[in-house]
Amino acid sequence: MDARLEDPVAAGLAAQADEAAGGRHQTLWWRLASIALFCGAWEIAGWVPINLAFPTFSSTVAAFFEMVGDGTLLKAFGLTLQPLIVGLVVSTLLGVSIGVAMGLRKSVEWMAAPIFIVLQAAPVAAVIPMVTFVYGIGLTAKVISVCLLALPVIVLNSYKAVANVNPSLINMCRSFLGSRWQQIVKIILPDAAPVIFAGLRLGISAGFIGIILAELLITPTGIGDLITYHRAVANYAHMYASIASVIVFSAVTLSVLQWAEERWFRPEKKGS
Amino acid sequence: MVAVTRKFPRDAHGEDMSSLESIISVRGINKVYSGQVHALKDVDLDFPAGALTTLLGPSGCGKTTLLKIIAGLLEPNTGDVLVKGRKVTGPGPERAFVFQDFALMPWATVLRNVGFGLELRGVADAKRNEIARRYIEQVGLGGFEDKYPHELSGGMRQRVGLARALAVDADVLLLDEPFSAVDEQNRRKFQEDLLRLREIERKTFIFVTHSIEEAVYLSDRIVLLSRRPGRVSQIIAPQIDRSGTPDEIRRDRAYLDTVEEIWQGLRQFVD
Amino acid sequence: MTLFGYRLPMMSSLILWCLIWEIVGRLELVLLFPPFSGVLAALVDLVQTQKFWTATWTTISTFCIGMALAIVCGVALGVLMGRVKAAENLLGMWVNVFASAPLTALIPVLMILFGMGAKTIVVSVFLFAIWIIALDTQAGVKHITPSLIDMAKSFGAGRRDLYAKIILWAALPEILAGIRIGFIRGVKGVVIGQLLVSIIGYGELFELYSRSFLMEDFWALTIVLFAFALLVAELVGMLEKRIEYYAGVRQ
Repeated sequence: MDARLEDPVAAGLAAQADEAAGGRHQTLWWRLASIALFCGAWEIAGWVPINLAFPTFSSTVAAFFEMVGDGTLLKAFGLTLQPLIVGLVVSTLLGVSIGVAMGLRKSVEWMAAPIFIVLQAAPVAAVIPMVTFVYGIGLTAKVISVCLLALPVIVLNSYKAVANVNPSLINMCRSFLGSRWQQIVKIILPDAAPVIFAGLRLGISAGFIGIILAELLITPTGIGDLITYHRAVANYAHMYASIASVIVFSAVTLSVLQWAEERWFRPEKKGS
Repeated sequence: MVAVTRKFPRDAHGEDMSSLESIISVRGINKVYSGQVHALKDVDLDFPAGALTTLLGPSGCGKTTLLKIIAGLLEPNTGDVLVKGRKVTGPGPERAFVFQDFALMPWATVLRNVGFGLELRGVADAKRNEIARRYIEQVGLGGFEDKYPHELSGGMRQRVGLARALAVDADVLLLDEPFSAVDEQNRRKFQEDLLRLREIERKTFIFVTHSIEEAVYLSDRIVLLSRRPGRVSQIIAPQIDRSGTPDEIRRDRAYLDTVEEIWQGLRQFVD
Repeated sequence: MTLFGYRLPMMSSLILWCLIWEIVGRLELVLLFPPFSGVLAALVDLVQTQKFWTATWTTISTFCIGMALAIVCGVALGVLMGRVKAAENLLGMWVNVFASAPLTALIPVLMILFGMGAKTIVVSVFLFAIWIIALDTQAGVKHITPSLIDMAKSFGAGRRDLYAKIILWAALPEILAGIRIGFIRGVKGVVIGQLLVSIIGYGELFELYSRSFLMEDFWALTIVLFAFALLVAELVGMLEKRIEYYAGVRQ
């Protein structure tokens, strides 16, 4: 089965693969129209209102700028990003190593694959509240939450990447008398790099989920704190603004990664 | 079953090849895939040094399998491969392979791809690039050293593969249907270039193709393999005067007769 | 991999891991992990309690309703985006954003809008699952070879026939793949929803176990959940296999 379908960005790209290159301007207008549609619908929903606790788009934007202005939003992001970044770095280093090892050695594959397959498919979120009992409510627990969600994704993608290296290239290397080490370093790793990078992107996406979960389930800090606090005092516009800011932040980060992935790894695969 | 006939032919330079040493020999080769598919059965062949021998046959006759066994990329179930009289298992520096799907590293430039065989041997950068550039010129890709495979056409990619195989200065070049993924005009051009190349590089060539015309056009010896399980069914040496222009060769009486003869022999294997 | 010449099946290392779990538990190396045997015993006890089955019923019913809605709406949305360019241009960006976004952040909003009950959970499941279903459906629909559609039209197929007999079937492999992933995300949605709401279903149970530090019950419940998620994925996977025979030759 087409493995690209597991990756929402790739599925989205696959769906748009037949876009004519000549529509650049058009795309921009459509984007703007799309945003206008969304914001317009939001504004109307807030006016109606569909619920007393549902703020309009404009009041949410106002709240957003207010929080940016008095620095609370930036401070909150700072607190949230700390465990996120630490967790992602750990997950990347550990995850790529394990995944590549799994692709290269059958014994490692046998031991590790079932664990990570289970971890990826299962709702690991259930375990997060438990984590605090052993590791407290501080940075460690949150880093572990991020790792719990990001690591399986990165491992399985790295493993897939190595396992699906073009066998013709490996044969070619063998035919020119390349040693196993040369095969790994000169052929397998470069050929697997694009998929490994895509896995990192998916891992980062999962990491965001992990940190939000941690902040909502364990103890609120950073953005989670903003959300919980404003909800408690019924500042709905501020609450929505906090939520929207984290979603926008994650969307922007993933877009940048996608752009980087296309630029560095895919010029030869564009259009295929 | 067609009787095995061995004719000791004359090579492209008119020399009687029976006197030539066999640079590669295979003895008693059997290859069975996953217990069921019997790809090759009791194959015995000699490949004279300096000649271009073609393995020809219908789909599934095991010609690529045999070529890969000679290259050392596949292990036969029984039998031996002898290079210059000594038994070998696995690839070696005296044999170089040209792949049907080009097998170029998409992340590397033409220069690096051509020099890859040398890179694996630890040849120093400067020397390696110098050799690579020479062969890039020789196959007609001068000026494309810094391009990437996705910027090249199919025909050009195959030239890179060919240059890479030439650069390691092996004694035997093994080519696995090298022109099948290339369009017709380029294919003809390649065939003509290959003939010209043979004048310059006095190497042994072992060629796999399913095109009868290509085989007759290029080869000193044609080995016909039968349908699975592949056995040697006939060996033919086209006695063609290759001194004329390409067009003249393709209209030469002997050329046409040989093609017809082989076609009649292979007809029985068409579905 | 092979050991002493015997081919070991893929998931068999889980047995080894359970053994390791048992040892770690016995030696009390990590507080979080009681012996595996204790967890199994708790599991046996658990499935005999009324509380468990009430919670399971809540979970399964909200899950099924949410998924059913997500599948219907997701496939419809995907087909729309795949066939109508304007829809793709207007909606595509948002579907993509929401498919990768940390939807967990939206659950506090849902709790306000829909209360602290089953409704919120259904909406959680719906939101978690729908985006990937829509995206994969869209991809499937867009990849249908135009000649197949031309063929149907040339034999006089009306719009209804076109969609029911050609488009849905041609895109079915991708749709099923999307639904399989949608199921997995839906399970995450139902769990996270219940964890945050924490007064119904499994969320309530988890809350209880965490507060009282009943590690064995906690892991027993977790295993039930994990098994459920994997089972659901396997079932859809089997469905996918049944139509695999034509998935590869559609071009």
